Amino acid sequence: MNKFWIVLFHTYLMKLKTKSFLITTAVMLLLVIGLSNITKIIALFDDSEEKVGVIDQTGTMFGDVQLGMKAIDEDVELIELKTEEEAEKLIDSEKLTAYLMIKSDEQEIIKGTYKANTLADTTVSSELAVVLSQLKTKIIANELQLTDKQIAALHSPVVLDTVAFEENAKTEEELNQARGLVYIILFIIYMAVIMYSNMIAMEVATEKTSRVMEILISSVSPVQQMFAKILGIALLSLTQMLLFFGGGYWSIKRNLSDMNEGVFSFMGFGSTSMSTIVYAIIFTLLGYFLYATLAACLGSVVSRIEDVQQTITPMIMLVVAAFMLAMFGLNNPSATYITVTSFIPFFAPMIMFLRVGMLDVPFWEISLSIGLLVASIVILAVFGARVYKGGVLMYGSAKSLKNIRKALQLTKKD
Amino acid sequence: MVLHVHNVTKSFGDYTAVNELDFTIPEQEMFGLLGANGAGKTTTFRMIIGLLRPTKGEITWKGQQIDQSMSSLIGYLPEERGLYPKLKVSEQLLYFARLRGMSKADANKEMDVWLERFKVPEYKNKRVEELSKGNQQKIQLISSVLHKPKLLILDEPFSGLDPVNVEMLKEAVIDLRNQGTTIVFSSHRMEHVEELCENLCILQKGSPVVAGHLKDIKRSFGKKNVVVHADFNLDFLETFSGVTKVKTTMEGKVLQVVDETVAEKMLQALVPRGFVRKFELQEPSLNDIFIEKVGAAYE
Repeated sequence: MNKFWIVLFHTYLMKLKTKSFLITTAVMLLLVIGLSNITKIIALFDDSEEKVGVIDQTGTMFGDVQLGMKAIDEDVELIELKTEEEAEKLIDSEKLTAYLMIKSDEQEIIKGTYKANTLADTTVSSELAVVLSQLKTKIIANELQLTDKQIAALHSPVVLDTVAFEENAKTEEELNQARGLVYIILFIIYMAVIMYSNMIAMEVATEKTSRVMEILISSVSPVQQMFAKILGIALLSLTQMLLFFGGGYWSIKRNLSDMNEGVFSFMGFGSTSMSTIVYAIIFTLLGYFLYATLAACLGSVVSRIEDVQQTITPMIMLVVAAFMLAMFGLNNPSATYITVTSFIPFFAPMIMFLRVGMLDVPFWEISLSIGLLVASIVILAVFGARVYKGGVLMYGSAKSLKNIRKALQLTKKD
Repeated sequence: MVLHVHNVTKSFGDYTAVNELDFTIPEQEMFGLLGANGAGKTTTFRMIIGLLRPTKGEITWKGQQIDQSMSSLIGYLPEERGLYPKLKVSEQLLYFARLRGMSKADANKEMDVWLERFKVPEYKNKRVEELSKGNQQKIQLISSVLHKPKLLILDEPFSGLDPVNVEMLKEAVIDLRNQGTTIVFSSHRMEHVEELCENLCILQKGSPVVAGHLKDIKRSFGKKNVVVHADFNLDFLETFSGVTKVKTTMEGKVLQVVDETVAEKMLQALVPRGFVRKFELQEPSLNDIFIEKVGAAYE
C-alpha cells in the first residue's frame, strides 16, 4: 500500500481508538439526542399540578376564569375561596402555591391581584393575565353587543406584505427560516475548524516532541505526511459529524413520526435550501483545509507540547473574528463589510457561506471567493510543507515567527 | 565501497556543523563516528539518511544519491527515543515497518522473532510509555532493523542500558553485520567502539581530526602507556625524560611515554631501587587518543 495511505489510516484509526475521542463523541451524541428531546425531558420533571386559589369578589367570573385557564394550561387547578385569611392559611400549609383576587370597579372592568410566596415563576401569573384580558374583551364586546365577526376583525393584526424588487430574492419568511439554518451551520463550521485544527497541531507536535518525526520523515516525504495527516483527521471529523447528524436525525424522526411534513422541513431543510446544504459542505471542507494546513505548519515549529496552545492562539483568534463577523452579519447580510470580508480567504468559509445562505449572490462572486480560497490553500500548503520540513527538525524556544523563518532557511537549499 | 561520504560540508547560516567530512565504508563493515557533544555526528547521520541535504559535497550509496525512495534500505535509530508514547509496541513496530515497505504479515513474524531475542515478548501489547528506558531502547532498535535494512545508522545505541542488555544488543548488532548489513554508529563509550569498529572517524567541531583504521590510528599515535606498581616512592618518574602525562592510581602510576625506548630506560632505572610488582607497556586506548585529540582542541 502507498505510504500516503498508511499514514492516513494510521492517523485515522489511532485517533479513533483514543479514549478522549470516544468520550467526547459519546458526550456530544448524548447532548444532541438530549437537545432533540428537550420538551420531553422538561415534561418529565415538570408533572406536578399547581393549585391556585381564586377569591372572586365580583361573584360572577370564577366559572369563566376556570374555563379559560383549562384551555391554556391543564396542569393548573383553580380553587374558589372566600377570604384572604383562608387563602393565606392554605399557602402557609403549602396546599396552594398562590392565590388570585378578582375585583371590579368603576374605572376598571376587571382588576386582578396575584399573591404568592415567590414571584420567580412567572408562568402561572402571565397565563392568568391572558385569561383575564380575554375575559375583559368578552365582557366589553357583550356590552357593546358586537357580533363574533366584529370581534374577530378587532383581533386580526395588520398584514405587512414585503416585496423585494430583485428577482429570486428571498422573502422575509424564507429569510427567517434561512437564518436559523445558517446560524446552526456557521456554528458547526466554527466548532469543526477549531476542534480539528487544534487536533492536527497537537498531533504534529506530539510526533515531533517524541522524535518519531525523525523516523517518519526519513521514510515519508513531509508533504505526503502533512496531507495524509490532514486528510486522516478530516476522515475522523466526517465520522464524528455523521454520528452526530445520524443521532440527531434518528431522535428527531422518532419524536415527529406523526408529523406529515417530515424531518427535513422541520429543520428548515426545505427543497429551496438544498443548495445551502451543498455550499455548507463545500465551505466547511475548504475552511477545514485552510486552517488545518496552517495548524500543521504551526504545530511543526513548536518544541514542546505546552507551547502548542500559545502558538495557535493567533489562528484561533482569526477563526473567532470570522465567527463574530458572521454573527453580526446574520441580521444584515448585505452590509458592505460582509461583502468585502467574504472574499478574504481566512473569513470566506463562514462569511461567504452566510451570504450564500441568506442572499442571492451572483455565481461569479461565489466562484471568485471559492477560487481565492482554493488558491490560498494551495499557497499555504506549499509554504506549510516547507516550514514543516524544516520545523520538524528544529528544537528550541517557542518564538513562532522567528521559528518559521528559521524553518524556511533550513529547507531553502532543497 | 558502499557508502561514500564525499567532502561533505553542512552549514546553518554562519555556523558550520560539518566541515569537509570524507570517508567511505565497505559493505558488511561497522564504522564508528566519534566526537564530543555537538561535534556534528547527528547532523552527519541526518545527511546520510536524507533528512538534511549537504551544503557542499555528496553522499552516495552504491554510487546513487540517497533519497526517500531508498528508505526501505535504511534503518535509523535516533539518539533520543523516537516512539509514540501512547501506542502499543506491536502497533508501533508494524507502522514503522510498513512505512519502510514491509508487508503486514512479514512484519508480524519478524517482530515476534526480535521480541523473543531481546527477551521481551510480554511487552508486545503494552504501551511504550509503560516500559523502562532500557526496554524502550530495545523496541527502538527493533524498529530500526525490522525491515532488514542494508544500511543501519545507530546514534548512541547503547545509552541508558545495563551491562547485560548492552551485551545483548551488541551481539545483535554484530550478527546483523555478519549477515551483510553496513553499520555506522556513534558512541561516547570508547570501549564499545574499540570492540566493534575496524574503521572510525573522530569529529571535532565539525571537522575530522582522526580517521582511518583502528590499528593504524593507534600505531600512528605513537605514544604508549606504562603501568608501574612498586613498593617504593615513584615520584621521580614524573620528571623522567620522554614522559608526557602522569596519572597516580592507588597502587602506583600510569605514565604516558613518547615511545618504547623511554619505557626501556625507565625499567633500567627502576630495577636497582627495589621490588617492582608490575611493569607493563600498553597500547594507547582509544579513550586516550580521543581525550588527546579532542581535549587538546578545547584548550
